[in-house]
Amino acid sequence: MLDCTPKEITERKSGGMINPAKTCQPIGAMYAALGIHKCLPHSHGSQGCCSYHRMHLTRHFRDPIMASTSCFTEGSSVFGGGANLKASIQNVFHIYKPDVMAIHTTCLTETIGDDVSSIVKTADVADGKFVIHANTPSYVGSHVTGFSNMTKAMVTYFAESTETVKKDQINIIPGFVNPGDMREIKRLVESMAVEYIMFPDTTGVVDSPMTGEFEMYPEGGTTVPQLKDTGNSQFSLALGRFASSDAADLLSKKCNVPAVVLKTPIGIKATDVMLMTLRTSFSREISKELEVERGQLVDIMTDTHFHFHGKTVAIFGDPDIVTGLTEFVVSLGMRPIHVLTGTPGGSSNSVAGSFEDDIKAILEPAGIEANVKSAGDLFTLHQWMKNQPVDLLIGNTYGKYIARAEDVPLVRVGFPILDRSVHSYLPIVGYRGAMRLVEMISNALLDRADRDAKDEDFELVM
Amino acid sequence: MGMNEKKLQAILDQYPAKVQKNRGKHIFIKKDDAESQVIEANTRTIPGIITNRGCAYAGCKGVVLGPIKDMVHIVHGPIGCGYYAWNTRRNKAKSDDPKQNFMNYCISTDMQESDIVFGGEKKLAKVIDEVMEIFDPKCITISATCPVGLIGDDMGAVAKAAEAKYEGVQVLSFSCEGYKGVSQSAGHHIANNILMEKVIGTGDMEAAPAKFPINLLGEYNIGGDGWEVERILKEIGYHVVSVMTGDGSYEALKNAHTAELNLVQCHRSINYIAEMLETKYGTPWLKVNFIGIQGTMDSLRNMALYFDDKELTLRTEAVIASELSRIEPIFEQYKKICSGKTAFCFVGGSRGHHFQNLFAELGIETMLAGYEFAHRDDYEGRDVIPTIKTDADSKNIPHYTAEADEKRFRLKVSPEKLEALKAKIPLGQYNGMSFDMKAGSIIIDDMNHFETEEFIKLLKPDLFASGIKDKYVIQKMGINSKQIHSYDYSGPYAGFNGAVQFAKDISMGFVSPTWNFITPPWKDQPLLEGTVTEEGVA
Repeated sequence: MLDCTPKEITERKSGGMINPAKTCQPIGAMYAALGIHKCLPHSHGSQGCCSYHRMHLTRHFRDPIMASTSCFTEGSSVFGGGANLKASIQNVFHIYKPDVMAIHTTCLTETIGDDVSSIVKTADVADGKFVIHANTPSYVGSHVTGFSNMTKAMVTYFAESTETVKKDQINIIPGFVNPGDMREIKRLVESMAVEYIMFPDTTGVVDSPMTGEFEMYPEGGTTVPQLKDTGNSQFSLALGRFASSDAADLLSKKCNVPAVVLKTPIGIKATDVMLMTLRTSFSREISKELEVERGQLVDIMTDTHFHFHGKTVAIFGDPDIVTGLTEFVVSLGMRPIHVLTGTPGGSSNSVAGSFEDDIKAILEPAGIEANVKSAGDLFTLHQWMKNQPVDLLIGNTYGKYIARAEDVPLVRVGFPILDRSVHSYLPIVGYRGAMRLVEMISNALLDRADRDAKDEDFELVM
Repeated sequence: MGMNEKKLQAILDQYPAKVQKNRGKHIFIKKDDAESQVIEANTRTIPGIITNRGCAYAGCKGVVLGPIKDMVHIVHGPIGCGYYAWNTRRNKAKSDDPKQNFMNYCISTDMQESDIVFGGEKKLAKVIDEVMEIFDPKCITISATCPVGLIGDDMGAVAKAAEAKYEGVQVLSFSCEGYKGVSQSAGHHIANNILMEKVIGTGDMEAAPAKFPINLLGEYNIGGDGWEVERILKEIGYHVVSVMTGDGSYEALKNAHTAELNLVQCHRSINYIAEMLETKYGTPWLKVNFIGIQGTMDSLRNMALYFDDKELTLRTEAVIASELSRIEPIFEQYKKICSGKTAFCFVGGSRGHHFQNLFAELGIETMLAGYEFAHRDDYEGRDVIPTIKTDADSKNIPHYTAEADEKRFRLKVSPEKLEALKAKIPLGQYNGMSFDMKAGSIIIDDMNHFETEEFIKLLKPDLFASGIKDKYVIQKMGINSKQIHSYDYSGPYAGFNGAVQFAKDISMGFVSPTWNFITPPWKDQPLLEGTVTEEGVA
């Protein structure tokens, strides 16, 4: 397995990737757009882009992922894709009848410079129907950037400040997470009795129930009136700066809704911070229910600390998720010695800080020295692990090849997970999500210990 | 069957006028009489239509090149294209030399904005240098993605410079930008051309080292299909020179000219190489279908007829008999479950046809079938090829024409014998999908999401064989759905063992207890067990 990866690290200066830890913007934009109620994402480019993104999202969620494409040919690439896009808009509304068509661009249409904005402005759509767009050049940022850009487009196109006094509600921008996480964030906020608008919201869209009927547009997703109303909220809670801060910043500029950018609430610390923010903002006490949950989590962490304390771990994936995971495993007493994301620097066109600084800020107080890299690839991560072996690898499905090559247990967290199911329904955020992470991590380590134990050392109780 | 022209028209009527006119030409109901019915295929999908089609890059790098294990495949472009074609297609490979098996590696130039503005040639050259240093392969492929052609990167020049720099290493460049052609099909053709022009026949071998040497073309070893076919062929006594391209290798491809017969499994993706091998080396090709028990037996017997060797024929029959006696009792068990069911079969280029064999053997009737990216000949048979009009989209795909190789061209059978054989076996011939389908069934090209839903509502099949993008749409409707691209991560489905595996998997889909839970118990029962009336409890 991966026998061509040498232990000796030689500097690669080309800027090319070997076994990437990121993919391109449009897939993130497609996923974000699915979080609008009755929305059909549209890929302005070649058919292959749309097919690949639908394939990958479907494999991760195991649910229908509907999206249309401008079906570029060589002719449209030479003469511009305006005609294709206009025809697409007409056909989509006639045949597939969405409320919203959310167009994202591709490297093709960005390279030829199609003016999607103008075409959208002049599009002839019926009352109550909307076309929005986001520029998502595949050669900038990553899938997380694409998610961020489409989320921002929701603000650009819809958010309005119509009330003189802001309403007693907040916006929650959950970031590039699973519907299971979005549900859990909503439950936490609801238990504080805070009114909110979550956008995008893919719950009920990519985790729709089996009823014997196929619904092209399932019940879930943020509605257009809700998206408009985001301009009337007290503030926006942007969870995960890479995926969410751009939309929150724009809401601040456009509608005077302040942005509060927090970490994705993975683990006890980040969840505490999110709840404390709500508590302070609304002078509302944390519910008994949540306090009990937190106590249970701390109980579990303490009961089992010897399962993971001092174990070394390598973590890779999307920056907001990896940051949260790193903070949590440090809370557990583990030592993350390799931390890598494929997504470069800050999010596109924003002044958001760097991933590497975020991670170092977590590791330094814990006295942990680590390899930390943004815009990295899995070839690099694997070489790090060959030089400094770890007890555990945490990341998406692509980590399984390294895990097998190095005989290290893998805990699957993040996007995409293509070889296991159920993950998208269950949270990794909040106290409950943290319990689930503890279970996954300690099970992986203990299963390994069981596997490796000699007969005489094989224990009933651990 | 519940289908007629009126019902078909009712579906089409829901389209805008232009779409209706277009889609009407891509669908027909098979008629009883022998007269051939014309279908429109390999033409543009209408913008805005939710199609299953992919792009030329997917056909070139994803389908044809990707499975060749000992070449390093570099994708020149932004990250996504390389990423999505990395280990996603289940083309398995194993190698005696793991240091020359690059299957699990994805190498991309990861073009950034500056590369788009200033050109990506220098970056590509540097990536090649790194690939040489780390992997030290004998051959490198470079596949273009959309922006490459638009910004005018000269990949050919970069490849040539790299060949000069690294003596003895071949660097092949493929201009398979995603916008070329109308589907994956363009990419197959582009890959076929260059493999034929630059790799196949460049080996030193003059003759195969064993008797009955064959190439297996258009077999990508999805779920191990190719290995199952090879198992059977080897048992009979064939020498498999090369497989194109499942578990394929550079060395084997170079010596593919030494085969005495070329077998064509997936006609759509590889018929170009098959034809060119005949022109260049005088080796005929035989259309085979190793999907289904009967298909496998027919293919093996046709091969025996071609080689016309007593020993080989006896061995063929012995292997068939032994395999049948082993698998038939198991297969029969599953047939009981499947028999009487109906299916739709909409797949890529050739499986939309091939799998109908297996369905029939299991007693499943195929009511509707079609291809994502096929050409008219895949529906109507190769006889229509001279009548296919070339359009702007097909004209921009380079057409490489092979010529007879002066040294290595050799007729493998005499012209007289070839003609006699052609009357008996599909040598250089493919009759297409329509030929094998029953009157009344629907044949559909580039079926889209809207039509998928409409035809399901109308005909209510028990099984829908398609790909991942349809799978959960179908399943939500409570219908058994089977991925015929990825085999739902199972396989092999080819050959004798594959038929059994397929029967087992399909049956599992039919009898899974999970279907029974779709309706919650409270939906069938009123909240009150009975109603109280004046007369008492009803």
